[in-house]
Amino acid sequence: MALRSRRGTSPLPTAHHGTDLLGRCIVFAWALVVGALLFAGGRAEAQKLPEGNSCIDCHRGIGDPRVTPPAEKFPQDIHLAKGILCQDCHGGDPRNFDPKGSMNPAKGFIGKPKHQAIPQLCGKCHSNAAYMKKFNPTIRVDQVQEYLTSVHGRKLREGDQKVATCISCHDVHNIRAIKDQQAWTYPVKVVETCGRCHGDAKYMEGYKIATDVVDKYKKSVHYEALTKKGDLSAPTCNVCHGNHGATPPGVDSVANVCGTCHSLTADFFNQSPHKKAFAAMGLAPCVTCHSNHDVTKPSDTLVGTDQQAVCVNCHDPASAGYQKAAAIRTSLDELRGAVQRAAGILDRAEHAGMEVSQAKFELRGATDALLKTRATVHRFDPVAIRNLSDEGVQVANKMYDKGVKAMDDLRFRHRGLWISVGIILVAIAGLVLKIREIDRRRG
Amino acid sequence: MARSPNPLAGLARNVNAWLEERIDLSGIRELIRHKVVPVHRHTIWYYFGGMTLFLFVIQVLTGILLLLYYRPSAEEAFESVQFIVTEVEFGWLIRSIHSWSANLLVATMMIHLFSVYFTQAYRKPRELTWVSGMCLFGIFLFFGFSGYLLPWNELAYFATKVGTDVAGQIPVVGHLMARILRGGDDVTGATLSRFYGIHVAILPAITTALLGFHLFLVQKQGMSVPPEVERSGAPLRTMPFLPDFLLRDLVGWLSALAVLGALAAYFPWELGVKADPFAPAPAGIRPEWYFMYMFQTLKYIPAKIGPIDGELLGVLGFGLGGLFLFLVPFLDRKTARGEKSPLFTWIGVAIAAYIVVLSVLGYMAPGGK
Repeated sequence: MALRSRRGTSPLPTAHHGTDLLGRCIVFAWALVVGALLFAGGRAEAQKLPEGNSCIDCHRGIGDPRVTPPAEKFPQDIHLAKGILCQDCHGGDPRNFDPKGSMNPAKGFIGKPKHQAIPQLCGKCHSNAAYMKKFNPTIRVDQVQEYLTSVHGRKLREGDQKVATCISCHDVHNIRAIKDQQAWTYPVKVVETCGRCHGDAKYMEGYKIATDVVDKYKKSVHYEALTKKGDLSAPTCNVCHGNHGATPPGVDSVANVCGTCHSLTADFFNQSPHKKAFAAMGLAPCVTCHSNHDVTKPSDTLVGTDQQAVCVNCHDPASAGYQKAAAIRTSLDELRGAVQRAAGILDRAEHAGMEVSQAKFELRGATDALLKTRATVHRFDPVAIRNLSDEGVQVANKMYDKGVKAMDDLRFRHRGLWISVGIILVAIAGLVLKIREIDRRRG
Repeated sequence: MARSPNPLAGLARNVNAWLEERIDLSGIRELIRHKVVPVHRHTIWYYFGGMTLFLFVIQVLTGILLLLYYRPSAEEAFESVQFIVTEVEFGWLIRSIHSWSANLLVATMMIHLFSVYFTQAYRKPRELTWVSGMCLFGIFLFFGFSGYLLPWNELAYFATKVGTDVAGQIPVVGHLMARILRGGDDVTGATLSRFYGIHVAILPAITTALLGFHLFLVQKQGMSVPPEVERSGAPLRTMPFLPDFLLRDLVGWLSALAVLGALAAYFPWELGVKADPFAPAPAGIRPEWYFMYMFQTLKYIPAKIGPIDGELLGVLGFGLGGLFLFLVPFLDRKTARGEKSPLFTWIGVAIAAYIVVLSVLGYMAPGGK
């Protein structure tokens, strides 16, 4: 059966019954998957607490809101799912229902661990490679070691009771796998996890660090990619600062941090004269021009000599750098303009029904050149940028010419149509006159 | 005989005389001279058969031109059509006219079919004319279905997948039929080669034979006069086929040509994107207008009706509907006896209304517009 489509009218194929059948299969498969997930999720959500465990029975049954949360939260905890219970962290004897027996220090009972002791407590298992392999042969076991290198870890050792430890980021008695969407460590939740302390000006009082980082980050292109586009690889706090080894990147290392993802740009920057100049001036690469937490989508206006350009922050009009910035911007503007002009005319031709798909495909050569030119800006070499830009402009102009030809063809078609229709109408008029003449003759 | 001063007329006379010496043309001459077309208030419907024939001729001519550049393989088909519409002089016009004309042909053929049905022109002695016409109707739909795949674009690919799936639902022979159509278990380059062969060789050959038979019967038996005109008892007016009717036909054909030109210039037939068998079906997919009522019907039928698969029931329903129309000259005994037959008129109205209403519903459904 011949089918036609209008793109964008419906998010799903409105299927013929044949595809409905396929659709039903997909829905059924989807239902199975969702059901399985719910079932699996249900198990995680409602882990059954073991019977005959005095810790759980007392904390659950005592009715005092100061002591019940651990037992209430524990059913969702991944440790319970793996068979790790209260006594494995807190010691004591869960088979003994006499509080004196069950919470006997002689049986290893430690009660609520001190803030400073938490990393070592978690590390008892999580740093034990042989033990952790039982659960996951590829799991990391260096978290505590790394934590001790972090600002949090260093301050903790100095006796700071407010700094984050394991449970500050992973929660306590409700610890979830990092892939669990409800985990505090799930990528889209990390900013809230870090922000609980770093966004709280009162809590952070005395540390002399900015507390507007969370709000700033939420305005960034990275946060938009993470939350609006659902790109879980987009950076959040821990991607740049590290997680267990969290520390602010220094002037020397910030380029390496950004370069982890933006490797080509970082390479170009390292080849540029700015590398030495920034180092000499004590300026951090990348963030000096792009900012850090509130990094927005860069536009071509960042470079150049006008008010919005960042180049003028350092280069005065008499400097060679100023002239170079102007030249770079001109190359960018020319290429961007040529691409927009070509894309515009090709879009118009396409909307008019002309077949320009090949030209649109070839225009990608120019858009690729624009991307490459934008990346090459970080070399700050006007000649290299001009060469790239010229290549792109050449492609874009060629495609623009194809667009012009398509529009000329369209006008030719319309003119040709009206001339043909005119001739046809004259022929029809002649035929009608002839028919009337014949009819008159016949009476 | 005095010689005509017009040299062209003289040449025509000479050619005629030369032919006359070798072939006896008197029969054809007499047929043309005496062929008349009845004149009554339903005469307008007679023009739609000729219009369909004219559009078929357009299809043949534009199809032959397309053949000069088209390459029937999964690797080259899309690119060759792209070449036709972008590089070949007036290729865009030929391709667009071929596609638009195919659609107009189906429309005029439907009008022709229903006008013949409602004027009961299928009655004795024209049963074979009706049957051959119904066969041609099916063949032209198959022309449309097979031709749609040839550009090897995304929509054509999925349309063929769905269409051959539906064919596979036919009891007993369905699976075999789907395999024969596809040249395998799935729509591949083998299907394209097969459809190409069917579209440019097998169907044209069958059409030529059937159309020849259909036109022979029309000439032999003349135009049917509707029973109500016959029953009125009024003297029947006629007009000579040549030149009166043919000149009027020409007016219609020229108008159709102008419409085709306008459609090709202002709404060129889109090419889309090349088929990718691994890509998901595109969003908002829907059938061509003349299959929309079937598409919509199949959407409404539940997956299972008792023990029977809903889709199978739908296919059987359309099969029975087609069989009814095919056999109507033999089922409608009253009309054959010259009596009024309101039941068959109402059945025809119901079928036409069903097609219109379901098609409209199809276009009104979400994603159908």
